[in-house]
Amino acid sequence: MELTINGKVHQVDVDDDTPLLWALRDELKMTGTKFGCGAGLCGACTIHINGNPARACLTPIAAAKGAKITTIEGLSDTGDHPLQQAWVKHNVPQCGYCQSGQLMSAAALLANNPTPSEKEIDSAMSGNLCRCGTYPRIKAAIQDAVHYYNASEQQEKQGGE
Amino acid sequence: MTDNTNAISLVDRRRFLKLAGVSSSGLILGATLPNFQPAWADIAGTAAKDKSAAPLNLFVSIAKDNTVSIVCHRSEMGQGIRTGLPQVVADELEADWDLVEVVQGLGDKRYGNQNTDGSRSIRNFYTTMRTMGASARTMLEQAAAQLWSVPASECQARKHRVHHSASNRSASFGELAELAATQKVPAEDTLVLKTPTNFNYIGKPVATYDTPAIVQGKGVFGQDVILEDMLIASIERAPVLGSKVAAVDDSAARKISGVVAIENMDGGIEPPLFHPLAGVAVIATNTWAAMKARRALDIEWTDTSHASHDSAPFIETLKQRVQQPGKVVTKYGDVASSLASAAYKHSATYSVPYLAHASMEPPSATAVVKDDHCEIWACVQVPQATQQHVANALGLTPEQIKVNVTLLGGGFGRKSKPDFAVEAALLAKKMQRPVKVVWSREDDIRHDYFHAAAASHFESAMDDDGQVTGWQQRTAFPTISGTFANGVEHPSNGELSLGFADIPFDIPHRQCETAPAEYEARIGWLRSVSNIQNAFAVCSFADELAHLRNRKPDEFLLELIGEDRHIDPNQGDFEYGNHGASLKDFPLDTARLKQVLAVTAAKADLTQKGDHVQKAGEGWGIAVHRSFLSYVGIATKVAVENGRVAIKEMHCVADVGLAVNPDRVESQMEGSMVFGMSLALMGGINMEKGAVTNSNFHDYPLLRMQQSPKMSVTLMGTEHAPAGVGEPGVPPVAPSITNAIFAACGERIRDLPVNKHLQLV
Repeated sequence: MELTINGKVHQVDVDDDTPLLWALRDELKMTGTKFGCGAGLCGACTIHINGNPARACLTPIAAAKGAKITTIEGLSDTGDHPLQQAWVKHNVPQCGYCQSGQLMSAAALLANNPTPSEKEIDSAMSGNLCRCGTYPRIKAAIQDAVHYYNASEQQEKQGGE
Repeated sequence: MTDNTNAISLVDRRRFLKLAGVSSSGLILGATLPNFQPAWADIAGTAAKDKSAAPLNLFVSIAKDNTVSIVCHRSEMGQGIRTGLPQVVADELEADWDLVEVVQGLGDKRYGNQNTDGSRSIRNFYTTMRTMGASARTMLEQAAAQLWSVPASECQARKHRVHHSASNRSASFGELAELAATQKVPAEDTLVLKTPTNFNYIGKPVATYDTPAIVQGKGVFGQDVILEDMLIASIERAPVLGSKVAAVDDSAARKISGVVAIENMDGGIEPPLFHPLAGVAVIATNTWAAMKARRALDIEWTDTSHASHDSAPFIETLKQRVQQPGKVVTKYGDVASSLASAAYKHSATYSVPYLAHASMEPPSATAVVKDDHCEIWACVQVPQATQQHVANALGLTPEQIKVNVTLLGGGFGRKSKPDFAVEAALLAKKMQRPVKVVWSREDDIRHDYFHAAAASHFESAMDDDGQVTGWQQRTAFPTISGTFANGVEHPSNGELSLGFADIPFDIPHRQCETAPAEYEARIGWLRSVSNIQNAFAVCSFADELAHLRNRKPDEFLLELIGEDRHIDPNQGDFEYGNHGASLKDFPLDTARLKQVLAVTAAKADLTQKGDHVQKAGEGWGIAVHRSFLSYVGIATKVAVENGRVAIKEMHCVADVGLAVNPDRVESQMEGSMVFGMSLALMGGINMEKGAVTNSNFHDYPLLRMQQSPKMSVTLMGTEHAPAGVGEPGVPPVAPSITNAIFAACGERIRDLPVNKHLQLV
């Protein structure tokens, strides 16, 4: 089966009912997307399917066929997505295991809503657990990234015109 | 140290090169590091990759390209130790942090203790790391002195170069590396450590070393290890302690494509130690096939004596037992007569359920076994215990087991038990191929080494003036000792040293007792261990007394603590653990506790004189507790409305002594507040017929972002020696919440979790 991940086409040879998570981790050796619960309850495996956040552990590979899939490895080329920069600036991660999923949920939020309120942040991030307790820093980093994000969007638009 | 340094070094370098392709961890060799003493090693092979690095001691090597490699021999699980310890070395070494490469140390007894637990990496290795850095710095200065034919005393290392100011010469560390490696290792007593005013990194919020990799999904955790030709194992384990496989029908499972083998795992051993549980392992070419086939297994388990264990009635039984006379641990004055003659008496019984660690990364280990050698990659807190237990299981020696420690996706004590690494080793031996054992979330929650369910009972006597004159306390919980020996029913001195027999109150008549509790499930350390139930009970009971006597809780607590003094809780057979430190170096200091209490109380708007409700439905609660040699206070504001409770604010005040990396100390306190909220509000493992009924985050919930309140962290006492950080923030959280709930609505919650009594917003 063909999968389009981070702009590249990959061939995977797995059963149709295989969750995308295991195709990514086992077959394609892309281990940035993490296994946390296998039941859509923790968000550690959050990826984007056609720009929307999805839990890779609950997405059968058959459902991902033909879709544009983005994983943490494709969030930016060099780790300079505004959220990644804000994560570094606020020193967000502790153990770091949930952070791929946190970043992917946050990135989908900002892509769809560049000026989220605190409530909207809570709501968008409510599916992502962090046992280390980095919630206050995640929230601060998202709020901080909003400014960079909007500034860089603005620049891009102006550059395009 | 030895005459044949070069010979040994060469042999080691060859071995290193052979292994270098396998792991980014360098081969670590050097002299013995007994306990916490520095190794005056003149050999080591911490060199990274194929750079020609010059090892200066067990922890430091410098390459010609100027890279300084510093070994972190402790496990990183989010506490920031891969930054904190190297940052101390780099400071004394006068290295430029931007040129530092952190190398994860293998399991090796030459490092001394590598058990990353007990909140002790910094406090036990701070001086060692400084000494390592100073030793390497001195050797670089000696090398420069030799190069320029000047006295070493005139050469000074500064920011990755050695300078000779009289002749205006300088050389980089890289240029001096090879010559430095030939220098005589300085004797410990000749080393001059930096004065704190000259620190470059110690006490500064150095950015976490692994963060740039983590935000790009490049961190390698136990679950992420991939080896050539590797198989994946998923194991269905015995649901009840002591149970074994009686019969298995694996015909359906074998039909699933990708399945390579199905193997019975021996087990059912008691005491459980770190042995794998009995079970049936499905080994497949991919994780999904292994998990799917496992669900198709039909297994019959043998009966065990633990199959009648139901946790809810068990906790009720413990609560009954702690209300009866027990076994005396310590005794001051005459409690019985103080209670008999009291003007006022009060008693209360508290309970905390079994709890699971639920680190975001479920346990995982990968192993390769060839002849008389085994190599493991695993997210373990205890690389040397992993060597030992894998060696025992394979019939090898610990030296034949190489343990690579990956990043840990959380540990909290679960990954101190390397049962999952033993599983991987046994299966890799059977398959004669690399095998990764992947634990699922359900496996993690059902087959944990649980925090013990606990009951505590307190009785107090007060005189006419409201002074507490008598204090009786009793506890019962299945002891961690039961994991290592059969038939132990009373807590160990170590457990009783965690906020039970060391209560810092000045009460003339006091008695501490224990009651028995059966061991029915694997029990282990969970972040702050028995301090959880002890701080909850003690800080709740003190708050109850304050309100009964119409006193402000903080003023009442100040009186209970009494004069500034150092307390020695040792008495009779009770030997106080003091978290492994001497009372001389780390006294139980009431002055520090009172200072933390005062700052904590100032964060809160505490209830006056029994007036429970400040503003309709809102209330503040505080709690202070000393553990892991640190003093932490929590002030919490809650709102209770129509039987629903929300945490509105939480403030942490922590005296952990010198904070080597204040940003990571703050993050640990933030994390401790979240961890404490999860356990206080919604934590609880339930067992029926000996088996855990919870399975995943829907029925073992953790705090989510929208429930996480505004928080602050205040650090104080930084003039003291560094003390514990990872755990001491947890214990006071639960009682600060339940005390706040009482202040808000008058409901006293004595049985955790809170959501058994009030709904959570």
